Amino acid sequence: MTAQNTFSHLKQTIAQKVNSVLRPLPAWPIYIIALLPPVWMFWSAVNGTLGVDPVKSLEHEMGELGLQVLVAVLAISPLRRFTGISLIKFRRALGIVGFVYIFLHLLIWLILDVQIVSQILTDIIKRPYITIGMAAFVLMIPLFVTSNNLSVRKLGPKWRSLHKLTYPAVILGAVHYVWLVKGWQTEPLVYLAIVLGLLALRFKPKKRSAPQ
Amino acid sequence: MKYKSDLKYSAVTSEANYLNRRALMGGLVGGAVGSGLLGARSVSAQDMPDFEIQGFDTTETPNTFEEITTYNNFYEFGTGKEDPAKNAHTLTTDPWAVQIDGLVDNPGSYDLADILSKVDIDERIYRFRCVEAWSMVIPWNGFELNQLLALAGVQSSAKYVRFETLFRPEEMPGQKRALLDWPYVEGLRLDEAMHPLTIMATGLYGKELPNQNGAPLRLVVPWKYGFKSIKSIVKITLTDTQPLNTWKSINAREYGFYSNVNPEVSHPRWTQSSERRIGGGLFAKRLQTIKFNGYEEQVADLYKGLDLTKNY
Repeated sequence: MTAQNTFSHLKQTIAQKVNSVLRPLPAWPIYIIALLPPVWMFWSAVNGTLGVDPVKSLEHEMGELGLQVLVAVLAISPLRRFTGISLIKFRRALGIVGFVYIFLHLLIWLILDVQIVSQILTDIIKRPYITIGMAAFVLMIPLFVTSNNLSVRKLGPKWRSLHKLTYPAVILGAVHYVWLVKGWQTEPLVYLAIVLGLLALRFKPKKRSAPQ
Repeated sequence: MKYKSDLKYSAVTSEANYLNRRALMGGLVGGAVGSGLLGARSVSAQDMPDFEIQGFDTTETPNTFEEITTYNNFYEFGTGKEDPAKNAHTLTTDPWAVQIDGLVDNPGSYDLADILSKVDIDERIYRFRCVEAWSMVIPWNGFELNQLLALAGVQSSAKYVRFETLFRPEEMPGQKRALLDWPYVEGLRLDEAMHPLTIMATGLYGKELPNQNGAPLRLVVPWKYGFKSIKSIVKITLTDTQPLNTWKSINAREYGFYSNVNPEVSHPRWTQSSERRIGGGLFAKRLQTIKFNGYEEQVADLYKGLDLTKNY
């Protein structure tokens, strides 16, 4: 047996073990667990333990958390492809959680931050980083609405094409982050690089030489 | 008004003149606020900030020491608002000297202790408005910049003042990355620099200035966006050409030389018509932003005939 064969055999064994552990787990607890961070953050903000500017802290942390979940969603299919570990059954729940987090991020911005309706509209139209943030959110609405078994059945093959909207939505979300900060800051660029990397992996040929 | 351009820098060294001018201004401004200012501000009573400028001070309640010292933009110590409070302890502020050069009679290195023995330290409760549309009220301690410039002897050909922050990457970790073109540079027109509202802060709340707030010596120009108020200054140059300030060099469309607080001049990135006052908690209402950050009576004459939408 060559080293490469041993490696891929080992990889397969590990993947099978992990998958057999995951298989009986239901996806619904994700929704319960996902409630905790926003509830905790809001509680901290009300109680003044989220720093001296709770509005911005809440807004930024909610947005970042949403982006993190969406990055995780994008990572699921490359993970299966390159390791054999499948988290596909959790992907829909994570996608919904990501959408809800971004929706909360938007609500915090609307209600607690900008507050003034005319100013909200001006911001969306005139400020490009807000425009693209809004665009990303709008792209996700049909995905959220069709994230159920009935829609999958009804739309058939169209469902898959529709849900490719996730790609531009998450790219726009990451660009929104890069753009909203002053100067070229590291953290948002790292997110953008990861997002682009995860999308690039989808276009790579299936066969890859094993890492050394 | 008396506040401004007829003020000669030759006049400011004398303490008698200084006190005299303060008394005069206190009276003038107090009167102006009582009559005109409040009337002009009756657009929407609900979210108008409630304040008067009495003498040099705003009547608003200052932010807490904690708020002022844990929420800072000082990219030399990181880009997060809490980063400077966490990282700035590494900065050595003693000994400290300021190089003053360019169009001055007495160029050279000025020891900070020496400077402080020759100026009058005062408390100033100033409104502070960041370009990111948040604001605070800060009780600074400091001296008028015109006193320092008088020590250096400004030559008549000087038109601008250029300021430079310390460049010491081993103590300022943010400078290890080329996020900005270090060292940070800011500039003022000479008449702005000579204005009695323009101070060099050395403390706040009667305490030594914390490092994260720009110790040991920082500029405070209350009618301009916060980024003009350059921190930890080591160099002051009098010039006859407009200095290129750091943020303008990065993005001239978004950040100008003047950067006066002005709700009428829209910014591509943040709305400037209103602001969030730090310390109001999660459900605080936005406040209307006031032209020149509320110091219109005192500084508007500096910009007579200048198109503020072009010279933003």
